[in-house]
Amino acid sequence: MADVTEKARQPLGMGWGKPLVFVLCLLPLAAVVYGAVLGGLGPDPVKALIVMTGDWAIRALLVVFSVSALRSWSGWSRLLRFRRMVGLFAGFYASLHLLVVATYLFAWDWIIVLEELSERPYIIAGFAAWLLMLPMVVTSNNYSVRRLGRRWRQLHRLMYPVMGLAWLHVVWQVRSSYLEALIYGLLIVVLALPRLRRFQLAR
Amino acid sequence: MLIKKPDDIASSEITPEAVYLRRREFMQGAAAMAAMAVAPVTFSAPSPLPHTPVDARADNPFYTGEAQTPFSDASRYNNFYEFGTDKSDPAKYASALTVDPWSIDVEGEVDKPGKYALEDILKSVDIEERVYRLRCVEAWSMVIPWLGFPLSDLIKQWQPTSKAKYIQFETLYRPSEMRGQRSAFSTIDWPYIEGLRMDEAMHPLTLMSVGMYGRELPNQNGAPIRLVVPWKYGFKSIKSIVKIRFTERQPKTSWQGIAPREYGFYANVNPKADHPRWSQRYERRLPSSLLSPNRIRTQMFNGYEEQVASLYKGMNLRRYY
Repeated sequence: MADVTEKARQPLGMGWGKPLVFVLCLLPLAAVVYGAVLGGLGPDPVKALIVMTGDWAIRALLVVFSVSALRSWSGWSRLLRFRRMVGLFAGFYASLHLLVVATYLFAWDWIIVLEELSERPYIIAGFAAWLLMLPMVVTSNNYSVRRLGRRWRQLHRLMYPVMGLAWLHVVWQVRSSYLEALIYGLLIVVLALPRLRRFQLAR
Repeated sequence: MLIKKPDDIASSEITPEAVYLRRREFMQGAAAMAAMAVAPVTFSAPSPLPHTPVDARADNPFYTGEAQTPFSDASRYNNFYEFGTDKSDPAKYASALTVDPWSIDVEGEVDKPGKYALEDILKSVDIEERVYRLRCVEAWSMVIPWLGFPLSDLIKQWQPTSKAKYIQFETLYRPSEMRGQRSAFSTIDWPYIEGLRMDEAMHPLTLMSVGMYGRELPNQNGAPIRLVVPWKYGFKSIKSIVKIRFTERQPKTSWQGIAPREYGFYANVNPKADHPRWSQRYERRLPSSLLSPNRIRTQMFNGYEEQVASLYKGMNLRRYY
């Protein structure tokens, strides 16, 4: 009986749920490649690429961050299946973002890279967020989950500092409008609050 | 290695405006074929403006032979926050602006204050062409053929008093036509204010522009009248001016008010004085592409050092950024 209701709540079965999410996650990349090849990125394609890849990295992070909240609100536990994949895409877009910045803004000039990494708080925050994502990316496979057991969950609490650093990376670049930083900030707070309460209750 | 130094481009190699416009058509066609639901930004082409063409000699400080940024880029990639914070917003939304009738209020330490109609101002000056580099504080740059006249022509007519040490400029405040001014999240306290020291304002390079690329200014580029100060970051070149005030004290400019550590009153292009958040040593000359990003070294005073360095003799330019 319980099994039936479970199934009714899961229109996306194992069969095509994952491929669908995979393709959805690839759409931003398709837009990036389309723009880069056909020239639809405007007169400053470097800036456009940096903004696109950065935006999608943080959006993917937000999706990952919202999964456990969405699950408890909707009761749709299969959402968890997609979390690791979206997390990997967040790491992918963040890496692409870093690659574009290093290639086009810094031209792989290590003097410039060191200078930027030591002097500019928003770059330090962004780079630190990327570094903290790496151990999660590396352990996003079934083998690591089994191998690390309880410690896997602990390791993946890195999402909290990553989320905070990514937000700082955005807010420290605000020039003319607070809107985007405000939306991201609100989302992060709303998604983090119930968990903070849970931590409190657990104590 | 993807980064290449830009080769010097002979003027014969510069693609004429008409061809660039066709390229845009081609791209729009391609985009339509790909069924991309992106509506092309359209605005009516400004009317041609009679003018004296620039003297294209290498030693003319009012002319640079560097490749000109195509009109389609210069008119679609703008910072004009009165119409939105995205670079494409001004081209999309500036058509809402009424630029006729237009007048400028002249106030302060001046013998002939008053409200001057734009058509009267234009009757009193000769429109000439000047090809300047434009360096944005965000580390991109363009080369633009402006049409206009020296600001000094107007200042002489209005006869500032001996107390006038600075000039303050003000952009139109009209939220009904400028949607960016209606935004609740803007960091800018409208109206937009800029200013110059009197000797900067009187400098022959300082231009009041009413056109570009042989035509009147498109609204998104600051129609009907704007300032162009080529040795300073672009935000000093205030657009759609409605008020000019001669003052004894240094004006408090908009960006200074928002982030005084980042934007100074002078805002001279200076590769050695970094913006606190990014380096100013390099710039992307637009249009840039991914295969040739056109990343070039930023020059002191945007390459106008010979003409303007004397204005700042003895000043610590890192302190007075």
